[in-house]
Amino acid sequence: MNGWLITALLVWLAAWGINEFLIRARTGNRTIRSAINIIVPVIFGVTLLVVWEGLVRGFSVPAVLLPPPSVIWQRIVASIPNPIWPDFQQTFLKSVLVGYAIGCGSAFVVAVAIDRSPFLKRGLLPVGNFVSALPLVGIAPIMVMWFGFDWQSKAAVVVVMTFFPMLVNTVAGLNATGAMEKDLMRTYAASYWQTLMKLRLPMAWPFIFNALKINSTLALIGAIVAEFFGTPVVGMGFRISAAIGRLQVDMVWAEIAIAAVAGSLFYGVIALIERAVTFWHPSMRGERAP
Amino acid sequence: MKRWVDGRILPITVVVLAIVLIWYVFTVLLNTPWQQSVYGREGAVDVPFTQFLSDVFSQQRPVLPAPHQVAAEFYTSVFNAPAHTPRSLIFHAWITLSATGLGFVFGTLLGIGLAVLIVHNRAIDKSLMPWVIASQTIPILAIAPMVVVVLASVRLTGLIPKALISTYLSFFPVVVGMVKGFRSPEAIHLDLMRTYNASPAQVFWKLRWPAALPFLFASMKVGVAASLVGAIVGELPTGAAGGLGSRLLAGSYYGQTTQIWAALLMAAALSAALIFAISALEKLTERAMGARA
Repeated sequence: MNGWLITALLVWLAAWGINEFLIRARTGNRTIRSAINIIVPVIFGVTLLVVWEGLVRGFSVPAVLLPPPSVIWQRIVASIPNPIWPDFQQTFLKSVLVGYAIGCGSAFVVAVAIDRSPFLKRGLLPVGNFVSALPLVGIAPIMVMWFGFDWQSKAAVVVVMTFFPMLVNTVAGLNATGAMEKDLMRTYAASYWQTLMKLRLPMAWPFIFNALKINSTLALIGAIVAEFFGTPVVGMGFRISAAIGRLQVDMVWAEIAIAAVAGSLFYGVIALIERAVTFWHPSMRGERAP
Repeated sequence: MKRWVDGRILPITVVVLAIVLIWYVFTVLLNTPWQQSVYGREGAVDVPFTQFLSDVFSQQRPVLPAPHQVAAEFYTSVFNAPAHTPRSLIFHAWITLSATGLGFVFGTLLGIGLAVLIVHNRAIDKSLMPWVIASQTIPILAIAPMVVVVLASVRLTGLIPKALISTYLSFFPVVVGMVKGFRSPEAIHLDLMRTYNASPAQVFWKLRWPAALPFLFASMKVGVAASLVGAIVGELPTGAAGGLGSRLLAGSYYGQTTQIWAALLMAAALSAALIFAISALEKLTERAMGARA
């Protein structure tokens, strides 16, 4: 046993003890309670990093296999201006955001359109469900052939990957309106568009946000994987595959960390918007008043 | 039965036919420029339309192969190639399927195990659950090739690295579904178990587990599709080692569009077959548990 291992073990035990204590703490104060709900997972995450660092250093695992977090952090700080920021621009700001907006937007429009035809709905829904279970990442090489090496081909992959989950969920959401509410709108002599805007879209928001959240991860995956099939010399996927080739594992992990943070933030922003838009939904109300 | 056929089969058929038709239209549109440049070089003028169509549909490396070309390629590489050579799609599909299956089994077991821990220990619930959810916002597929390469440097090659990626992708839906499932028994049922003086193990096996089974199957269907994607992406960097992913990569290097589409078709068929198998298992289990048909 050496110092690193013992430290890691001690930190782990201490953190476990603190967490066991914290979740048993009884308090009527709502702020403290929600603070505990945040602190407990944070402690767990920090412990994970410390144990990782300790194990890697303690067993002196070669950095080619798994670099300790501190080395990865240094690499991130050192290479943010170049190449991480240009990569991020290329992959996230161009491919992901553009593809995500086009994919989700067009799926939404198509869903509203086919919603008017029960026949199309019955035909397209099973097909859409089937397609969204397919390994659609596989179209990446084809898109690279069609749209060239630059970010347009990655955006196209993202469009295809995000389209079907959005379509299926939006159609399901538009169907979520009960007959009673529809009848009520009818007694008001509401037009199709009034019913859509005032009743059916609000009912569909939870479903739509569900799809938007699923798609936020899918979009990032699609863009990065598509870059493995050919790309200009910039982009997170390119950097990852290039760094693997040179066995710069710390660079790979740095890109992954950035991708993870970007993915989580993307998800978090959408979750925040969801909370603002569907504040009336039971799942949101429940969180506020436990 | 008649009503059901009218209700779903017809619309689906129409939609699928429409997709095939649109596909053909795009085939013509996308492949025309190349065909015209061929005619230009040959000096052929006034080519009859039928001749033009048949030429467009029989290019060697079309931008978009016509459905029947994909079907023909699929047929020859599935039935006409010996099943144990890299020319056969069955060969590649089997490699991918075995990695998918192994990873899916690991992932499901891991998911159930984590869910059991989460349901029975509040500390684990509070500290692990947010990270389980956060773990899925990480584009893990992006590092799939690295996992394969790194594991290969410790002499761990073949099925296991790909299966690990599949595991990572498939455990998440199972954890989330099973936590929900294990918590689905109502308080009144738990109280009943308490009046029977049931031990935690008895509560688990006789109440929580049966109640969670429907959730298990629903999340397994999501998980198996994710597993397949993981296995395919995991095969991208392994080069000639085989599998649908390497077939895709080879097709993209050599411009063999028809081969890419045939591999995609195979992946789609695998995905459909796996989901169908789980649905069948679900039906059998439901019947064994005495569900009303």
